Amino acid sequence: MNSKEIFSQLNIFAQCKKYGLPLWQCPHFLFLLMGLIIIGSTLGFYLIGSRYIQDPQAVALITLLVTAILFIIAFIVTRSFERLAEANRMKSEFISVVSHQLRSPLSNLRWTIELLNSGKVDSVSEKQLEYFKVLKENSDRMRELISDLLIISRIETAKFPLKKKEFSLVELIKELIKGLEPLAKASNVEVKFEPKADSPKIFADPSQIQLVIENLLDNAIRYIKEKGKVEIKLKRKDGSLYFEIEDTGVGIPEEDQKYIFQKFFRSENVMRYQTQGSGLGLYIAKSIIERSGGKIGFKSEENKGSTFWFTLPIK
Amino acid sequence: MKKILFIEDESALQKTFGEILSQEGYEMISALDGEIGLRLANPPAGEKKPDLILLDLVLPKIHGFEVLKKLKADIETKDIPVIVLTNLEGIGDVDKALGLGATTYLVKAQYGLEEVVEKIKKALGE
Repeated sequence: MNSKEIFSQLNIFAQCKKYGLPLWQCPHFLFLLMGLIIIGSTLGFYLIGSRYIQDPQAVALITLLVTAILFIIAFIVTRSFERLAEANRMKSEFISVVSHQLRSPLSNLRWTIELLNSGKVDSVSEKQLEYFKVLKENSDRMRELISDLLIISRIETAKFPLKKKEFSLVELIKELIKGLEPLAKASNVEVKFEPKADSPKIFADPSQIQLVIENLLDNAIRYIKEKGKVEIKLKRKDGSLYFEIEDTGVGIPEEDQKYIFQKFFRSENVMRYQTQGSGLGLYIAKSIIERSGGKIGFKSEENKGSTFWFTLPIK
Repeated sequence: MKKILFIEDESALQKTFGEILSQEGYEMISALDGEIGLRLANPPAGEKKPDLILLDLVLPKIHGFEVLKKLKADIETKDIPVIVLTNLEGIGDVDKALGLGATTYLVKAQYGLEEVVEKIKKALGE
């Protein structure tokens, strides 16, 4: 093992990040903590014992007994958390491996459908085109789900680093609105965005922030039932950049609101069975914003609409 | 007619690309593993070398990164543009491939067929 590997093993925070568990559940951290407690307790008992007990052998025996008991407790505690951490790591690795293995046949399927759809191989009847469309839509759904699962797996095993740089959210938002224009038109939704001239730049990973805004905008459009409006605002607030997206959609039932950022959660609102989604988008959005040093939240009223917001630090 | 070498172990993909590249006016040759790929990249004298190589990374016998390294180390093949076409997206994979001399790194799941063809045309200077 070279010195770099030794140092990385000693870097408890990096080791804990790999497991995707909070510090207090991380076996490396617990081992260190229990070690310090044992050393402190041993010294404490010895000092206190020496003051009140005359026989040094008795003091030594009691200190040893206490140390042994604490050691056994520490061993049991760290072992059980080690199993939990290992299970969590294996789960993330499993998702990553399976997702990658699923992506390959899915890419094959997708490109074959595109080739057939193009009519370049042979002429395609209207009816065949309809069925190819179904194949394509479903392979796209699977592809998005696998992509989301891979992102989550990387976030949870700290393999999704932020490549921060200074950039303007205004241009990013304009591009995303343009990209989702066909969906907005088809859904009869007007998307409004009037950025102010003095919108500040932020220091973040543009590709990850793009994922967040794309998800919020896509949701805002899709959860409008017949005709509606989505309005995006961007401003400076309390030294941060404040992004807000308000829709006139179906809203989120109150009983569902506390689960909205959980993995795989999809609200039981009226659009539940008319829209497709994995329930991972908001979990990913929250993870990205918090890792970028920001906050995310929302307010919503059923049948009136929702407003999602996030803040990001300005460099 | 320009020649494209496709080093990819999935025969279904070989078939799809064979069809689309032929429609676009290219000659495509297939290699189902890295060893065959390296042989076809540097054919015997008298045979035309490929104008571009499409390279998957997860390959039998020799890993794609190793194939890329050898292609760029060989004076006969180092100037052939290589487009990496893979589903690998791990930390450092893109930088590693570009550092070894790949022209472009495309994650299969992120590109449509037409988009890949556009990238091929761009790499061929068309």
